[in-house]
Amino acid sequence: MTGKRRIRQSQDDRLFDIINTLLCIFVFIVVLYPLIFVVSASFSDPLAVLSGKVKLLPVDITLDSYKKIFDYKQVLTGYKNSLILLFFGTALNVVLTIMAAYPLSRRDLYGRRLLTALFTFTMFFSGGLIPTYFVVRDLGLYDTLGAMIIPIAINMYNVIITRTYFENSIPESLIEAAYIDGANNLATLRFIVLPMSKAIIAIICLYYGVGHWNQYFQALIYISDSAKYPLQVVLREILLQSQVQDLVDTVGFEKQLLQAEGIKYSLIIVASVPVLAIYPFVQRYFVKGVMIGAVKG
Amino acid sequence: MQKGGVIRRLQAEKRLAKRSMTKYWELYLLLVPVIAYFIIFNYFPMYGVQIAFRDFNPVSGIWGSPWVGVKHFARFFKSYAFQRVITNTLTISFFQIVITFPIPILLAIMMEELTFPRFKKSLQMITYAPHFISVVVLVGMMFNMFNMRTGIVNHFLVLLGMERINFFAEPGWFKPLFIGSDIWQNSGWSSIIYISAIAGIDQALYEAARIDGANKVKRIWHVTIPSITPTIVILLIMKFGQVMNVAFMKALLMQNTQNISASEVISTYVYKVGLKGGDGIQGGQFSFSTAVDLFNSVINFALLLTANQISKKLNDIALF
Repeated sequence: MTGKRRIRQSQDDRLFDIINTLLCIFVFIVVLYPLIFVVSASFSDPLAVLSGKVKLLPVDITLDSYKKIFDYKQVLTGYKNSLILLFFGTALNVVLTIMAAYPLSRRDLYGRRLLTALFTFTMFFSGGLIPTYFVVRDLGLYDTLGAMIIPIAINMYNVIITRTYFENSIPESLIEAAYIDGANNLATLRFIVLPMSKAIIAIICLYYGVGHWNQYFQALIYISDSAKYPLQVVLREILLQSQVQDLVDTVGFEKQLLQAEGIKYSLIIVASVPVLAIYPFVQRYFVKGVMIGAVKG
Repeated sequence: MQKGGVIRRLQAEKRLAKRSMTKYWELYLLLVPVIAYFIIFNYFPMYGVQIAFRDFNPVSGIWGSPWVGVKHFARFFKSYAFQRVITNTLTISFFQIVITFPIPILLAIMMEELTFPRFKKSLQMITYAPHFISVVVLVGMMFNMFNMRTGIVNHFLVLLGMERINFFAEPGWFKPLFIGSDIWQNSGWSSIIYISAIAGIDQALYEAARIDGANKVKRIWHVTIPSITPTIVILLIMKFGQVMNVAFMKALLMQNTQNISASEVISTYVYKVGLKGGDGIQGGQFSFSTAVDLFNSVINFALLLTANQISKKLNDIALF
């Protein structure tokens, strides 16, 4: 009786495994295909890409479209600006996030609940576009690199995961011991807490860093001087802008179009390289961050 | 008697505060810039939403412009844009809750059931990756791959003997592209939280179900799903707090004059009315834009609270 049921059970499970594996392979292909296509297209002759000869692997391999990117001065300026924002922005983010998270992680800090509630409230309700715009403008930040760093100096989600990490991964007894030994709070933070928190610091560095590299909103709202455009704005000008003309009419533009279209895929690659290059090595940190956040939001 | 209690409580509070101040004064100093940040960039703008109830003019500034009550709200409700932006926003949100939201849950379960550990690892790595592509690059990829004449998608359509489609010029295609690309980009990443929830399930539960004769499907249905329900509910509540927020930048980047009837959502409308204008909308209407924005935030917040309360009543799971 039970033996029969066992067999039935394992047959069902085998069928399930087969269907599940097939579905997973399908997901794998659907997600991977566009990524491979973009890489292949970037290394192919533009004509082959546009005429549809490139389907999976590169056709007429050439580095021409990569070389042509250097003709676009704005791309280099954008790259430079984005690197500056990445560096200073992330530094400010990380320092402020720790300054918020450590005090809030102390359970007997008076006012901790109120402050946490007030900070968290901003995740769910905001003054909106225009009132924020006025504040940034009145502070004299309009059209400065600061406008792309200071208004987004703290991300509350990152504060929460950092605080959670401090609460759960640093033994309370260690902090108390340091306190009894006469270390002040800053020394405790500097010499005991931070050295034990390399993982979370790496995680928030990555989150903030990717955020700055992909940042588009702040520049869209606050930057009008094209010399200060970060990479994403330059990308939009090249990747998306010519489409309008493309939609209207196309017959006469073939050659011109070919030139401009040719670099698009390689530009996508060049713009994503910093993230793509580190991704395989730091993927586990990204994932860990989500898991810490999942403990309790 | 009661009065004495209140006073005693206040005194106790005061003592606690004092002790905390002595013990942690350096940490309070660390908090000063943080508090300043939240006041300046979050609470001050909240105070500034009052321009939604005034007629802003640059000479008198925010605090000196005349009060006009709900004039701007009334104008929004009566405007021809109202129906369009609300319909588009709610339609997209509806599909995001019904289609986009469950997919990461399924994906997490599928991945956890995979019997090939190495394939599981690579599948995770590949599906998480698109999350890190910037919105500009994502829309750029779509524009190129879905291009009417040169895009790979249309080349495939022709190979299959079908008509070419001008995806970005047809309003009907905006929402499928918008939602489809969202699924492609974020399902993997969103599945992580469920994967970690599944990993935390007590293996003894599965063992017991197995002995009772439950096959895999039944084990998923009776063990996995109930175990991760709290995670699902919390994320769903948070999703409800975002119902009126359709990814602003992606919508804006995917818009053009041909698909505007399907692609104008509240956030893009607020941006155009408030700042740069475009698509036949006059920009720089600060008060009107703030009114629309405030309407949006209030609905979001109300939905968040409602979803939270309902969930608290029904299954005792709540965000706060």
